[in-house]
Amino acid sequence: MEAVAEPGNLAGVRHIILVLSGKGGVGKSTISTELALALRHAGKKVGILDVDLCGPSVPRMLQAQGCAVHQCDNGWVPVFVDQEQSIALMSVGFLLETPDEAVVWRGPKKNALIRQFVSDVVWGELDFLVVDTPPGTSDEHISAVEALRPYQPLGAVLVTTPQAVSVGDVRRELTFCRKTGLPVIGIVENMSGFVCPHCAVRRPAVRWAGCRGTRGLHSWPHPSVQECTNLFSVGGGEELARHAGVPFLGSVPLDPQLVRSLEEGRDFIQEFPKSAAFPALASIAQKILDGAQVQAQTGTD
Amino acid sequence: MEEVPHDCPGTDSAEAGRGTACQGCPNQRLCASGAGAAPDPAIEEIKEKMKTVKHKILVLSGKGGVGKSTFSAHLAHGLAEDENTQIALLDIDICGPSIPKIMGLEGEQVHQSGSGWSLVYVEDNLGVMSVGFLLSSPDDAVIWRGPKKNGMIKQFLRDVDWGEIDYLIVDTPPGTSDEHLSVVHYLSAAHIDGAVVITTPQEISLQDVRKEINFCHKVKLPIIGVVENMSGFVCPKCKKEAQIFPPTTGGAEAMCQDLKIPLLGRVPLDPQIGKSCDKGQSFLTEAPDSPATLAYRSIIQRIQEFCSLQPSHEEKLIGS
Repeated sequence: MEAVAEPGNLAGVRHIILVLSGKGGVGKSTISTELALALRHAGKKVGILDVDLCGPSVPRMLQAQGCAVHQCDNGWVPVFVDQEQSIALMSVGFLLETPDEAVVWRGPKKNALIRQFVSDVVWGELDFLVVDTPPGTSDEHISAVEALRPYQPLGAVLVTTPQAVSVGDVRRELTFCRKTGLPVIGIVENMSGFVCPHCAVRRPAVRWAGCRGTRGLHSWPHPSVQECTNLFSVGGGEELARHAGVPFLGSVPLDPQLVRSLEEGRDFIQEFPKSAAFPALASIAQKILDGAQVQAQTGTD
Repeated sequence: MEEVPHDCPGTDSAEAGRGTACQGCPNQRLCASGAGAAPDPAIEEIKEKMKTVKHKILVLSGKGGVGKSTFSAHLAHGLAEDENTQIALLDIDICGPSIPKIMGLEGEQVHQSGSGWSLVYVEDNLGVMSVGFLLSSPDDAVIWRGPKKNGMIKQFLRDVDWGEIDYLIVDTPPGTSDEHLSVVHYLSAAHIDGAVVITTPQEISLQDVRKEINFCHKVKLPIIGVVENMSGFVCPKCKKEAQIFPPTTGGAEAMCQDLKIPLLGRVPLDPQIGKSCDKGQSFLTEAPDSPATLAYRSIIQRIQEFCSLQPSHEEKLIGS
């Protein structure tokens, strides 16, 4: 019999999404953050739970490094990273004394903290909780899935880059989802296509649907420079989705300007909607919203 | 698989077997008796096995996806170009074993003999071991908690028939957790020459790499140096340089100066590297004139120089 969810700190969270990848460095944290921002852009209230205990990347992306975490009667209060309090964040990064402090823990201790993060953060009312994970199929993932199972997560978004080495690890992550009974929402192919800024020849402006501002203009490469446009190859993620029979949610291009913005700690929340990656994320977010709506209408199973 | 209680205090803790979390654990009696605090016999066994291995190098990074496995593989290829040296590459990324693919050994299986598990050979003088060889399908997932992963690493170090090896390169997963603690723990009696730490230029990587360097200090692991990977991109078409992953906080160079650690070199991004890895070929032979190849070779040389300054086995034995 399915465990019944206790009313608790996750009671007000409507949908839970886990962002997984077997492979490190494919952009899970970036995609988690971008997805949360895209959902917020669509008018939703979102939270991000960063369970990457050894390498917590999300606080820096949202300029929340060094924020203190406060306790209230019901548990930990998440950090709100925007004025309107529409994005809540919890990460082990907030619990470290210094940013360079290493979390050198074995599995059992990591498991204990993840269970605490799931049950003791006072999320309040959220439309979506996006759970960012480290690479792999080990303690953090098993514990997060076990702790979240009573709350019936919407499912997992799997992130890959196009190369075979990444796809190889993500195949294993798909098996993890199958074995743990976690539904797969779909696969995202990140860093899919890149334009050498010197080779790029400007074509007449191409306006992306739903994009604001002139930053929506995109440089298209001249056909003769195809060699440099697929820095990390292309197409592996879509092929994997086809092979595994799961939805392909979309390809997100590598946008060096967005990378720079993240790096320089600029306001990612403001910069993101103007980036070349935004339309892809908006489309992925829409697919997730559509899926969530279908689930709500047909009732939970 | 034995289930370890979630709040397990650790078998070598003073609370072992006595904590509230220990109630009901199958190992409670063992830990309470103090047996857990006794040194693991495997450490001595591994020390014996490692006597025929001259140099041991760990390849680490706090951050995923910076090119540890790519670097480990090409370090192995580069060292193995000297046919008189015996090289072994051990992949302890249990959940995401990339080395078989990068070395062109996908689908290979491990064979056992009287003297232990045999390495899978790429060249006569380059052998590889990875959990990937124990999986029967590319879709097989290794969904193990820490203790089981640790057991696998112990088995690799103790049960592989290493033979006479000049360089053992150990590729690790990202992070500072079970695998890293275990490999340092099990090799503690066998002397590790040092760690090569891989990063990319961005602060988001350096942030994690500083933690890894702290880990090395904590466990007293010498650091050979840092390699900055994906450091600039030279377009194969127009030959101009672009920074895809900008070093906005000074990149590895600033971090190394700050922490007083050698910067072994910078490897630029070459789209051919990813393609070679996907095909299981050595990038060093596929693109011998690439700036990335030149960078790799220079770094490999510096690593060899570092290792040659280490006391030899005989000196270590006399000194111990």
